[in-house]
Amino acid sequence: MSHSVDDLVKSNAEYQAGFISNIESDTIPPGLDESVVRFISAKKGEPQWLTEWRLEAYTKWREMTAPEWAHVHFPPVDFESISYYSAPKDMSDGPKSLAEVDPELLRTYEKLGIPLHEQEALAGVIQSRPNVAVDAVFDSVSIATTFKDKLAEAGVVFCPISEAVHSHPELVQKYLGSVVPKGDNFYAALNSAVFSDGSFVYIPKGVRCPMELSTYFRINERNTGQFERTLIIADEGSHVSYLEGCTAPMRDENQLHAAVVELVALGDAQIKYSTVQNWYPGDENGKGGIYNFVTKRGLCAGARSKISWTQVETGSAITWKYPSVVLRGDHSVGEFYSVALTNNRQQADTGTKMIHMGKDTRSTIISKGISTGRSENSYRGLVRISPTASGARNFTQCDSLLIGDTCGAHTFPYIENSNTQAIVEHEATTSKVSEDQLFACQQRGIDPEKAVSMIVNGFCKEVFKELPMEFAVEAGKLLEVSLEGAVG
Amino acid sequence: MSLLNVKNVTAKVAEQNILKGLNLEVKAGEVHAIMGPNGSGKSTLANILAGKPGYEVTSGSVEFDGHDISDWEPHERAHAGIFLAFQYPVEIPGVSNMEFLKASLDAKAFANKQEQTNAAAFIKQARSLAESLDLNPDFLKRGVNEGFSGGEKKRNEILQLLLLQPRLAVLDETDSGLDIDALQVVAEGVNRFRNDNNGVVLITHYQRLLDYIVPDYVHVLADGKIVQSGDKSLALELEKKGYAWLT
Ligand SMILES: Nc1ncnc2c1ncn2[C@@H]1O[C@H](COP(=O)(O)OP(=O)(O)OP(=O)(O)O)[C@@H](O)[C@H]1O
Ligand SMILES: [Mg+2]
Repeated sequence: MSHSVDDLVKSNAEYQAGFISNIESDTIPPGLDESVVRFISAKKGEPQWLTEWRLEAYTKWREMTAPEWAHVHFPPVDFESISYYSAPKDMSDGPKSLAEVDPELLRTYEKLGIPLHEQEALAGVIQSRPNVAVDAVFDSVSIATTFKDKLAEAGVVFCPISEAVHSHPELVQKYLGSVVPKGDNFYAALNSAVFSDGSFVYIPKGVRCPMELSTYFRINERNTGQFERTLIIADEGSHVSYLEGCTAPMRDENQLHAAVVELVALGDAQIKYSTVQNWYPGDENGKGGIYNFVTKRGLCAGARSKISWTQVETGSAITWKYPSVVLRGDHSVGEFYSVALTNNRQQADTGTKMIHMGKDTRSTIISKGISTGRSENSYRGLVRISPTASGARNFTQCDSLLIGDTCGAHTFPYIENSNTQAIVEHEATTSKVSEDQLFACQQRGIDPEKAVSMIVNGFCKEVFKELPMEFAVEAGKLLEVSLEGAVG
Repeated sequence: MSLLNVKNVTAKVAEQNILKGLNLEVKAGEVHAIMGPNGSGKSTLANILAGKPGYEVTSGSVEFDGHDISDWEPHERAHAGIFLAFQYPVEIPGVSNMEFLKASLDAKAFANKQEQTNAAAFIKQARSLAESLDLNPDFLKRGVNEGFSGGEKKRNEILQLLLLQPRLAVLDETDSGLDIDALQVVAEGVNRFRNDNNGVVLITHYQRLLDYIVPDYVHVLADGKIVQSGDKSLALELEKKGYAWLT
């Protein structure tokens, strides 16, 4: 008859992006050795320095072991059973015009609501996102980048990184690995060796990017990993807002996604990087789903620069990511706004690192973790104040919301303060969606499913308001869908 | 026909029998005041009417508009027109009052196959109701009851009552914690709500409220039963004598 919160925690989450596209692919056999690294590099016609860079990363990776400190549990990944390169067959000779792209591929993006036709995007036919340029990455390759010409008028470079290697070799060579060195950690080293594609962005001095930039990542092929690499450089005084979205089909086996994202903000530049991560989370028993092991880091290289990470993480079987900011420039600002929702058997260990080096640097961390089902959700954050960072300030707020009592929420804040003049504040709360709240909503006619989603959305408000408008709406809906299992 | 008919209800909460054979009939157009000692079961009755999980009717029946509602979900009862103003309104952080009110109104309209109020008309109505209850319209933007004072929370319940226009309003100590001016504002709100088609169950400890909202009946609930019923003069008598002579 009546629902109690516990009754509501049932498991049948509905993953709407779970379809498989029937597309012929060139996929190399599973396994990783030097020849695979060379194959990928050759496939992309890379210059020799990059081939060598990859090989060095590969050598480092061979000597490293996978990190085990995160609060997540899974059987060891068999790196020999993964295929490190897969591309839709008709894309094997590089990107083409949209007219030549396999219609099935275009339908895939249409189904996901992502506008690849500029005309339609402009007319708001597919979705009301008139002013967003999109780079679409399918398995290992970029299949289309929209609005290139319009962006070029402003001097903005937005293209697949595989293309930037040829069109802007000096920028790529200067900045690739400058924020996340190739041997930074196990997964970053792996990515450096085998990265396939991803987006490259350069905003010239003083330019405000005229539109939102976004990349949609889609894993389709079975037994493949996705290792994308994104590099964004905001030259002095420039501004850019960038959004990435991710989806994958429902498959029974786990798939590895090990990306690296590097951001560089020069003096007075601002980068806003938003993520809506909706990789397939696996089924209610924890079968299948994406292992999302990602390294994201931004460098506030110049004075008064600002980097802001906003993430909404609802997908993946396991999430391991800590978008970080190195605050090197004086008066630079780092922000991290995060919503991480775990349901069923999902596990998330996510947070940030704010490394204060410059004077009067400021950072803000707002983390909202929501756990339901039998999931485990951890916040892990480091605030480090170097001796040089006089006047540095950090404010951290970590809130956890539990739905039902079979899930877990954990907070691991680390503070390393070597400067007595710095101010570091930390607040943390844990709350439950209470039976009284649920009843209060129901008494006003709101059904329990809607009530939980409303309460959770309210809990996330501070983070959602940081997202670009259209995406805030999308994030709200996504949360609703991801909670569907939780509320029966 | 009666709007509400509680027939010989026994009910338990947390394995304890709280209501022990309670009868109450409310017809359209009537206001029934319920008084009684702390812990006698007044809020339990309110929760039974609203269908709160954990509150179980063990015998007897609760009929609303001629339907036995024992196995209706709380939101279904709300859609049918049962409204409970809470003794302790809960906070829902981050969900704005405005959003909450609109969601309630829309849910009710949807369930009753009525048209949704358009956003502009809704905002206008909510604002004017807030003003009529001496609430700053800005408070509509704040989270539901988030950081509201005790009196603001109670007035917010009355705002919801006036917006949702239920058939039966159960007001659980809506007068507690109000200053004298606020008490008049709240009473005026309830009087505005009263009409020939709806009914009010008014739970209170204070005779004073009944000077403003004049009830048709006054009942005394003690140890899970109605032990005495009368008209407004019963409240005055209780004020003088207390409850001891009845139990
Ligand atoms: N959820 C519950 N769990 C355990 N006991 C409860 C619960 N709800 C009510 N009771 C008990 O039932 C009895 C009646 O409580 P109720 O709240 O109905 O009293 P009341 O008449 O409203 O009192 P007051 O005038 O103080 O508001 C009390 O002994 C109370 O402790
Ligand atoms: Mg009570």
